[in-house]
Amino acid sequence: MKQLICLEINGREYDVPVSPRDVLSDVLRKKVGLTGTKKGCGMGDCGACTVLVEGKPVLSCITLAIACNGKKVTTVEGLTLPDGQLNPLQAAFVNHGAIQCGFCTPGMLMSASGLLNRTPKPTLYDIKHEMSGNICRCTGFKRIIEAIEAASETMTEGVK
Amino acid sequence: MGAWDHRENYVREGKPSYLDERRFTQVGRSVPRVDGPAKAKGEAVYTADMVLPGMVYGKIKRCTEYAHANIKKIDCSKALALPGVLAVLTGDEAPNKWGIVPASANETALAVGKVRFYGEGVAAVAAIDEETAEAACDLIEVEYEPLPVLLDPFESMARAGEVNIHENAPDNILHKGDQIYGDVDKAFAKCEYILEKEFKTGRPQHGYIEPMSAVASYDTQSGQLHLWASSQVPHYLHRQMSVVLEMPMSKIRVTLPAVGGGFGGKGEAAASEFVACLLSRKIGRPVKVTFERADVFYTSKGRHPCHMKWKIGLDKDGYIQAVDFDNTLDKGAYAGWGVVVMFYTASMVHLPYKVPNARTHVRSVYTNKPTTGAMRGLGGVQPRFAMECMLDELAEMMGISPYELKMKNAIESGYTAINNMYVPHTEYKKCLQTAVEKSGYLEKHGKLPFGKGIGLAGGYYISGTAYTLYQSYKPHTSVTLKVDTEGGVTLLCAAAEIGQGCNTVMAQMAAEALGVHYEDVHVQTGDTEIGSFDLGSFASRLTYASGYAINEAAKEINFKLKAMAGGLLGCRADQLIIKDRMIYSMYEPKFKIEWATVVQKYVNSVGALSAVGHFSPPRRKGIDIITGNRIQGANIGHSPTFGFSCQIHEVEVDVETGRVYVKKVTEAGDCGTAVNPMSVDGQVEGSIMFNMGAALYEDMKFDANGKHLNPNFHDYKCPTFMEMPDMDTNIVESYDPTAPFGVKETGEGAVQPTFPAIANAIYDAIGVRFYQVPITPEMILKALKEKKEKEAGCGCGCSCGA
Repeated sequence: MKQLICLEINGREYDVPVSPRDVLSDVLRKKVGLTGTKKGCGMGDCGACTVLVEGKPVLSCITLAIACNGKKVTTVEGLTLPDGQLNPLQAAFVNHGAIQCGFCTPGMLMSASGLLNRTPKPTLYDIKHEMSGNICRCTGFKRIIEAIEAASETMTEGVK
Repeated sequence: MGAWDHRENYVREGKPSYLDERRFTQVGRSVPRVDGPAKAKGEAVYTADMVLPGMVYGKIKRCTEYAHANIKKIDCSKALALPGVLAVLTGDEAPNKWGIVPASANETALAVGKVRFYGEGVAAVAAIDEETAEAACDLIEVEYEPLPVLLDPFESMARAGEVNIHENAPDNILHKGDQIYGDVDKAFAKCEYILEKEFKTGRPQHGYIEPMSAVASYDTQSGQLHLWASSQVPHYLHRQMSVVLEMPMSKIRVTLPAVGGGFGGKGEAAASEFVACLLSRKIGRPVKVTFERADVFYTSKGRHPCHMKWKIGLDKDGYIQAVDFDNTLDKGAYAGWGVVVMFYTASMVHLPYKVPNARTHVRSVYTNKPTTGAMRGLGGVQPRFAMECMLDELAEMMGISPYELKMKNAIESGYTAINNMYVPHTEYKKCLQTAVEKSGYLEKHGKLPFGKGIGLAGGYYISGTAYTLYQSYKPHTSVTLKVDTEGGVTLLCAAAEIGQGCNTVMAQMAAEALGVHYEDVHVQTGDTEIGSFDLGSFASRLTYASGYAINEAAKEINFKLKAMAGGLLGCRADQLIIKDRMIYSMYEPKFKIEWATVVQKYVNSVGALSAVGHFSPPRRKGIDIITGNRIQGANIGHSPTFGFSCQIHEVEVDVETGRVYVKKVTEAGDCGTAVNPMSVDGQVEGSIMFNMGAALYEDMKFDANGKHLNPNFHDYKCPTFMEMPDMDTNIVESYDPTAPFGVKETGEGAVQPTFPAIANAIYDAIGVRFYQVPITPEMILKALKEKKEKEAGCGCGCSCGA
């Protein structure tokens, strides 16, 4: 039995037919066509599928789509600025070498966005702790931390 | 763009720029990756993201009852009757054996006749969606006749008469070999210090975050097959596909979309690829097969567990005189890279220290576990662990610093090892010095409080191989450079960008060679039809190999452009320099013209420019350099050049919980010219974390029946942000004059020192040596308890052990 749900994804409303067992990552990738969100493990262990629901990072591969009915969902595609330019966090990832194979990147960016939304000036421990649900096998994490720190600086410039 | 670092290029004073081959403008810059923005926007397309018109989905039915069993019967009738199912496939339909090493190829797309490991594929289904395909897999009924399960290589050898894993291997051994150089026994007789130890390594796997995925589209009219796959070896995949499908390679095209990491695990063909192609050919529609994480764990070809016996002898001054090395490798169910990995472990004895006499006995033994294969630092990590730990212990026996012992024995540029391995250039000593100075090793080693320790280890790795995996004399890499007024510069090569950054580095090298900027170069890799030939991303080969081919191709293009420019400028073509998008006279810089203008004139008057450059490595033979005799398997290990590095780890051991915390890592590496220093640092940092995982946490576990107990990231623990130590990585100044742009590898050498550096640091912290990885909290606590009991022994406070 499919049910029609409404998701506000990256500022646009989508009516999507889902069955109760459909997880959010599959709905985003297969039904809405936003393949930026990745599926690395399907069990909530690797963090590659992280998206924001109402501004909070969730693991979309273990979140039922039906439970997100009427909610705001932000995916990696929603970070890019309206003119197609990278937002400060994305730009910092690129410029600091925080991306190698790129498969964990969307999840990293979303977890980091969630962190910076809540804690605009995180400490090193804040970053490590908040990001520890996202696995990267390429970079050794160091450059991802540097990128988040740099983005935090850019985004809080002039803010007291 | 403020993140670029300010490391200087190699600029040597007193040399006019036109004579200085090391004065680079594009090579040596930390430019951001060319594929970075698309990946940051979520726009990079990976195989699993692809959808083709009419595409359906494939799933593999796995044997999750037994690790070793004859297949008596497969009944697919119920699956075929399920609405939405388009086809089923069993192993009998594609019985041709594949394997990356043709001589030992013994794997099939799906099991034929019997299963040899838990989770092996026995059938596959194509259906309109994944859910239907999964449901259909559940409806396939397989009748098995269980066979005894062999999980330990020694048991496997002992019970070979009774239980046989492969018919053509009656002793359950894939291959074995002996390599003897010099007179080891005579040398040991004269040694002052001799140490004998046994080492064991665990069973980690790659843990790339992107599970394998394949999309195949077979055109029933033309008989052409197009395969998109997450692979690091498009060429070898292409070859295997041709064997299994019995189709000429010219009818198959392999394309790589973005690839989410490999680390060796995508360095062979995968069942997903065969099944997608076979099903697509069967039903004439595109088929996608994407692995779940459990599929990856069942089939990914992780690192060989090694059971190693070592004996190393030093003379009274501490110079290594002889090494005796015996290695039993746990091969798992199928051959894969087996023979190659086995002989690599043997070759690792010969560097980075001078070893005048060496003897190795190696054997690779089948067991009923998932096949082991290529994993970052293939064949090097296990022997390096043992050798660097033993030198640490031998230094202690001698009463000198491990640093002093390693410096004393370290090789120098121009060294030829006893097995004929030739090292044109090395800065290994500089790596040791730099890491020791920057970490304060000498001030800390042996002097830190109980529970804190510091450990040093070195290592090296090849920058490509001397031979292909099948008999062939063709070049290993070919690069086509195309220059025209429309596309600018396009570089075509069927290499595999798996995240290591080869597209960016190739753009930088091509720009350097052509005298333009790296942004001007469009790199097209990962397509066997469009790109010119490349063997693939393994053996840390690509920077060197493609650099060489790029130079060759650029020479031809520059020659033509200089001739045209010479005519336009009215000066001799051989006196022209091309740099920074300008062509000018090396003697009279006022004679200059824009590069783009010359290209335009050339294209208008002659036509578009293109050139192909090829790279063939030197084919060094594996011989005993004293007798000149050929040695079995000793062609493996040779490389055009080698990378070197040193790591110093500082650890804290929690004596209550047994947990080991790596707090700081100081690394120094010789990667030749760093084409992109930021990318080099990224490789090194990634390598350290990668093998820190296998040193302390990562291990695939099996129960007594061979059932895989932790086929997920929840129970198989990888390091996270929380485990990340402070990392200080240093690129030592290095330039290999025999290499294109002076380059060497960095992608696999940097994993080599991690195990032994951590083990040596733990010894420094708690006074216990571990000869096995991963070093778990249980092992630490047990060892501390034993140590305490031993020390308490006689009650006198001495260590008599009574």
